Amino acid sequence: MGTLIIVTVALLFLTAILTGGYNQRFLDQVKNSVVWDYITTVDHKKIGILYFISGLVFFVIGGIEALLIRIQLVAPGNDFLIGDAYNQVLTMHGTTMIFLAAMPLIFGLMNVVVPLQIGARDVAFPFLNALGYWLFSFGGILLNLSWFFGGAPDAGWTSYTSLALNEFSPGPGVDYYVLGLQITGIGTLMSAVNFAVTIINMRAPGMTFLRMPMFTWTTLVTSALLLFAMPALTVGLLLLMFDRLFGANFFDHAMGGSHVIWQHLFWIFGHPEVYIVIMPAFGIMSEVISTFSKKRLFGYNSMVFAVALIGFLGFMVWVHHMYTVGLGPVSNSVFAIATMTIAVPTGIKVFNWLFTMWGGELDFKTPMLFAVGFIPTFVMGGMTGVMVALPPADFQYQDTYFVVAHFHYTMVGGTVIGLFAGAYYWWPKMFGRKLDERLGKWHFWPFIIGFHLTFFPQHFLGLFGMPRRVFTYNDVPILQTLNIISTIGVIGMTIGTLAFMYNIIQSFRRKADAPADPWNGRTLEWAIPSPPPAYNFKQLPLIRAYDQFWISKQTGKEIEPSEPLGEIHMPSPTYLPFLMSLAMFISGFGFITRGYEMGALGLILFFIVMFIRSYEHDPGYHIQPDELTGVEKEAKA
Amino acid sequence: MESQAETATEHLESSTLEGKNKILGFWLFLAAETVLFACLIGTYLALRGQNMGGPTTQDLFDLGLVAVATGLLLTSSLTSVFAVNALNQKKQKGVQFWLGVTVLLGLAFLILEIYEFVHYTSMGHTFVSSAFGSSFYTLVGTHGAHVTFGLFWITGLIIQVARRGITKETAPKVFVSTLYWHFIDVVWVFIFTLVYLLGKVG
Repeated sequence: MGTLIIVTVALLFLTAILTGGYNQRFLDQVKNSVVWDYITTVDHKKIGILYFISGLVFFVIGGIEALLIRIQLVAPGNDFLIGDAYNQVLTMHGTTMIFLAAMPLIFGLMNVVVPLQIGARDVAFPFLNALGYWLFSFGGILLNLSWFFGGAPDAGWTSYTSLALNEFSPGPGVDYYVLGLQITGIGTLMSAVNFAVTIINMRAPGMTFLRMPMFTWTTLVTSALLLFAMPALTVGLLLLMFDRLFGANFFDHAMGGSHVIWQHLFWIFGHPEVYIVIMPAFGIMSEVISTFSKKRLFGYNSMVFAVALIGFLGFMVWVHHMYTVGLGPVSNSVFAIATMTIAVPTGIKVFNWLFTMWGGELDFKTPMLFAVGFIPTFVMGGMTGVMVALPPADFQYQDTYFVVAHFHYTMVGGTVIGLFAGAYYWWPKMFGRKLDERLGKWHFWPFIIGFHLTFFPQHFLGLFGMPRRVFTYNDVPILQTLNIISTIGVIGMTIGTLAFMYNIIQSFRRKADAPADPWNGRTLEWAIPSPPPAYNFKQLPLIRAYDQFWISKQTGKEIEPSEPLGEIHMPSPTYLPFLMSLAMFISGFGFITRGYEMGALGLILFFIVMFIRSYEHDPGYHIQPDELTGVEKEAKA
Repeated sequence: MESQAETATEHLESSTLEGKNKILGFWLFLAAETVLFACLIGTYLALRGQNMGGPTTQDLFDLGLVAVATGLLLTSSLTSVFAVNALNQKKQKGVQFWLGVTVLLGLAFLILEIYEFVHYTSMGHTFVSSAFGSSFYTLVGTHGAHVTFGLFWITGLIIQVARRGITKETAPKVFVSTLYWHFIDVVWVFIFTLVYLLGKVG
């Protein structure tokens, strides 16, 4: 009851402040500040930047957790970080990197780039876009608050219920996992709907599906995967919440429940999830390699086909995470074959990238360096993927460092390196400033060398029998040597990441003077100023071919507009998404602390704001044609 | 050409880009909801035998009551179609009336469901009594929660239509809410078959 009163009073104060009943001048100051601008923005470019920056922050947090893990494992019998503390750091490293670093970095790039690539003025649902971001953000904060209030989740990022039920993990840690991820998950689902509708309904006239840039294609397939995968996680988290908070028996064997149900639900989500994070990296590769080879992407149609096929097959392979559960040889074989089949479309993509470079005019700028580093690294991850796809062999690899090595080759060597390439490539478009090339090399080389040094030996650690998730190992010389090498590699990755951070800070110290088309690009986003004006395109372009902008540059003709110059309708900024997410955050925190009034209050607040939004008659505002040309001239000057 | 123009004005809900986006977005959302209910139904089917000595599906279910509830919900789906018909003919009163009937039928369904839950609880079949209990109440309860949300939503829309009339903004909202209502109905058909019918005769 006490919490309820405190929250109510705090909300009343907040209302007083926000309506100006407290101090009008203070309110004006707030409303003109940059922070307020970003809190209320519905502009896809600003939301993209918010996603990207949040992703970077969580990437650093997850990286520090990784560093702690490697320090603990540098010597056998080390006592730097042991037992429950190690379990918490390990769990949060995985959870943070997947849900709070990789996903928002991807969403950041998608948000900024996709509407520009398809020649649209915004996404289909600007409000939902903001809501998706704020839900993600508050969910991530909630999850990380666990460090300060009661201890972090300690059941691994997969949170198997044989570790995660109350009797095995008595603290509130797993509750933070369940509710934090549930809230980010709702946001993610909204973003998926948003991107899919944007791409299907809002392409510029003439941009048929087979004229869409590859990054847009991978975004579409990723959205479809999210759409069908996220609900499985939603259900899994819901059931686990019921078990932990309300005494349900889904996973309790004594009451007829089953651990295996969680495993199925988690991996029906979890396997598509790994394609969700790698697919956009494939898209980035296709854009970067094509641009810096000055060649049309080789085998564009087969690339599209391959992405769609990977997306489709991605749903038929989840049991390969469960070979040792004992579902029987027939089920294991079917899923093994489906898993190995995915190597075919992935191989198509790899060869198409190589053939794009073949005979191209290669230019090794930083994005291209990362792209070229990506190909062999990711192929190695793919090869070990085929190895673990074989059930008889997997019985040996299961739960050893071999698996750790495998998925870090795909997640770091694939997703993270791909995202770095994308960051360098689109930074000028996001911020109007280029990242420094020399620092970029300082980022690339230590990072990639350090990465291989860290994870290559882990294959052998696994083969020599070192189990994953365990905080120490026996004093065997070969294990010790390989672990030391592995920890030394982290130094390289740290130097690389620090160089990247320094590069970012340096870029903001410089003037925003990036040209509209710094890389001699091929797709539509390079046809407009960097950073683009709020309305993106003065006139929506008319598309007649794939790589329209490149063709226009080659033929010396401007891209034709598809509409006369007219006033542009814009959605107005709103603080409701922030408020709704805050309500969800309050609710989640209430349930975690078992303050059910607070939990209910948060939910009620959420629905009230939702209905306010429905009743709000918001026509947006219009930008007049004369304002447009003015802005355009300013950008050119 | 003329007939095309006519159909364009008839379907006010998809006359703007915002309307089209809303409808496509909602279809995609329903796809996600389908997966959600599929997961819940799968969980229920896996756990429905685990009654741990409590009452079984045979002891609990009364098909007569469930049939009445099903009839109410299916009829409410029909009345929501009448509402969309009225929407296409721009008959504001008709939209309000048929949406109102839909809400009342949905409410009756919900009351029956609550009665059913209270009845089962008194028979010793509760949320915490067994894995069967947890999965039953979660599946049927999630459906009930969707019905409840739908009732609030459609009631809100009736008020909105009464205030603002049938416009380019309100038409897609009404259309989408009836899509939602049909979806709930289809989910109930699966629940009726896989929970009640299978529990009684399967």
